[in-house]
Amino acid sequence: MKRSKKENNMSVSATRKNFVKQRVLLIWAAVFMVYGLVFYYIPLGGWVMAFQNYKPKTGLLHSKFVGLGKFQFLFEDQTFLKVIRNTLCMGILNLVCTFVMAILFAILLNEVRSRLAKKTIQTISYLPHFLSWIIVTGILHDALSANGIINELLVKAHIISSPISFFSVPELFWPIVAFANIWKETGWNAIIYLAAITSIDPSLYEAAAIDGAGRWAKIKYITLPGIRPTIMILLLMNIGNILNAGFEIQYLLGNGLIKNVSDTIDIYVLTWGISQSDYSLGTAAGIFKSVVAIILIVIANGVAKRTGEERLF
Amino acid sequence: MENKENLELEMDISQESEITEPVVLSKGVKSKKKGITADTLFVICNTIFMILFVVITLYPVLNTVALSFNDGTDAVRGGIHLIPRKFSIKNYTVVLHMQNIITGAIVTVARTVIGTLLALVANALLAYIISRKEFLFKSQLSLFWVITMYVNGGLIPVLLLYKTLGLTNSFWVYVIPGMVSAFNVLVLRTYMQGLPEALEDAAKIDGAGYMTIFVKVISPLCKPVYATVALFVAVGQWNSWFDAMIYNRMKTEYTTLQYELMKLLSSVMQQSGSATSVNAANVSTVTPVTVRSAATVITMLPIICLYPFLQRYFVAGLTIGGVKG
Repeated sequence: MKRSKKENNMSVSATRKNFVKQRVLLIWAAVFMVYGLVFYYIPLGGWVMAFQNYKPKTGLLHSKFVGLGKFQFLFEDQTFLKVIRNTLCMGILNLVCTFVMAILFAILLNEVRSRLAKKTIQTISYLPHFLSWIIVTGILHDALSANGIINELLVKAHIISSPISFFSVPELFWPIVAFANIWKETGWNAIIYLAAITSIDPSLYEAAAIDGAGRWAKIKYITLPGIRPTIMILLLMNIGNILNAGFEIQYLLGNGLIKNVSDTIDIYVLTWGISQSDYSLGTAAGIFKSVVAIILIVIANGVAKRTGEERLF
Repeated sequence: MENKENLELEMDISQESEITEPVVLSKGVKSKKKGITADTLFVICNTIFMILFVVITLYPVLNTVALSFNDGTDAVRGGIHLIPRKFSIKNYTVVLHMQNIITGAIVTVARTVIGTLLALVANALLAYIISRKEFLFKSQLSLFWVITMYVNGGLIPVLLLYKTLGLTNSFWVYVIPGMVSAFNVLVLRTYMQGLPEALEDAAKIDGAGYMTIFVKVISPLCKPVYATVALFVAVGQWNSWFDAMIYNRMKTEYTTLQYELMKLLSSVMQQSGSATSVNAANVSTVTPVTVRSAATVITMLPIICLYPFLQRYFVAGLTIGGVKG
């Protein structure tokens, strides 16, 4: 802070000297600026399309403006409303499930005393994170197929009499997606909580042991409060991502029978924008998503500010 | 299967034997029998939880491996768990004779290597610039990149841009657009800011310029965090398929392994496990399911072999990344 004030007070000649001194940095910074402008900021200019009836032939400059017409179409479209519902519901369900599981797993793994077992379990737990969604959906498809392990177990346990076709039951799709997310990310997400747990002062546990606290008490009164700031900041970071959590698995597993519950905003953009070549409508839906995401981040940040928690910006 | 369970049991025994000791030792202090039984119950439940967790995590992966080594028509009967019933390597021969899989593998390796190198150099250089305390536009440049983490043009405008730039139907679409990532830059910057300034000052007195300091002083110190970022980028490159589908759908020579795997997956899903053989390959004992399993194993093999050795890097990276940007 002090430094920047000083810099402000610097004489013009000193600034010029700095410019010369830092010319290499400035040149590279400019190169990165150009790169950033091209790949991140110019596409924002494409948002104009959402207010046009964009035709590739006429281009961005000469297409007819239709005002909010595309947005009006979106909000009158029953499919789009359903798609918003699906995205939000799956996003929230995934967020809550993966969050709770990661925290639970981190705390319980921390209670495993054998170092070898702990290390081994942790290494195994990361594995699914490194597999692509293509592989995960393939694996999931095998496990849930007619002669897959899940149907086999359920039939053997006499819970069901004949195999269920899991991917044609709309009610089961959201839980399947949530489970797939838990399977893939629990170990990975737990890393940061485990790191947070290691930084808790060990003397707290010793003091609690002397007071006769059992394991549950230690978890409840020391571990959980200890990782609370980490939990809060990760929650904040992830709230903005709720809408982003809905593409790959839904796209790969969705089929005609469950389209009503599996299609998300991203899939809607893809169908209208790419398959139907209605660029304007696809862009409008994309803008809607971006705007909602930003609103979510700002709200989350505001809530954090008010409750005195750490915040993102 | 038996072997694995034994292994887990052993793990679990060694774990408990170690646990009982401290509990017994602290008995004198606590002298509350109730507390000890509750703790024992906790250990038992926790052990069961961990075993379940490991089984659920590993089973589907091992099952895919078993399927990939099983005869196709035989696999349709179901009931294959961790060991192939009718052993066969035909699935692999079929996969390795698919031209698109071979092309896909080459492209995937190329994009992973080139993409990771480019991204690493670009992210490190940008992070270096932003981490210089005296840099004139430090905060402006940071803000410029942080914004890109939250706002983006979306699929359609990006597609049009790539078309205009001639990036569609080309290999470069895999490595150029995603080169700089604000998140990775922040991770690198945080690390660089934590380095001791004394070393740099010594180099400055010797008359070293910014680039010399970056290459000769900062970069050697940043090896661990470079490894982390390289790992993140490499895994992302290896696993991505969406860009191949959207930008290079028409160009079979730029197809990627994951995208080819996706095509196999959807062919399996459409037939939902029926026993139709892959006629094109003229082999009657493979089915889409087993062929896909073999392709899956090939695709995940490099990652499974490498990731346990790179653990410390990504753990370190995540912890730095978790720190406020």
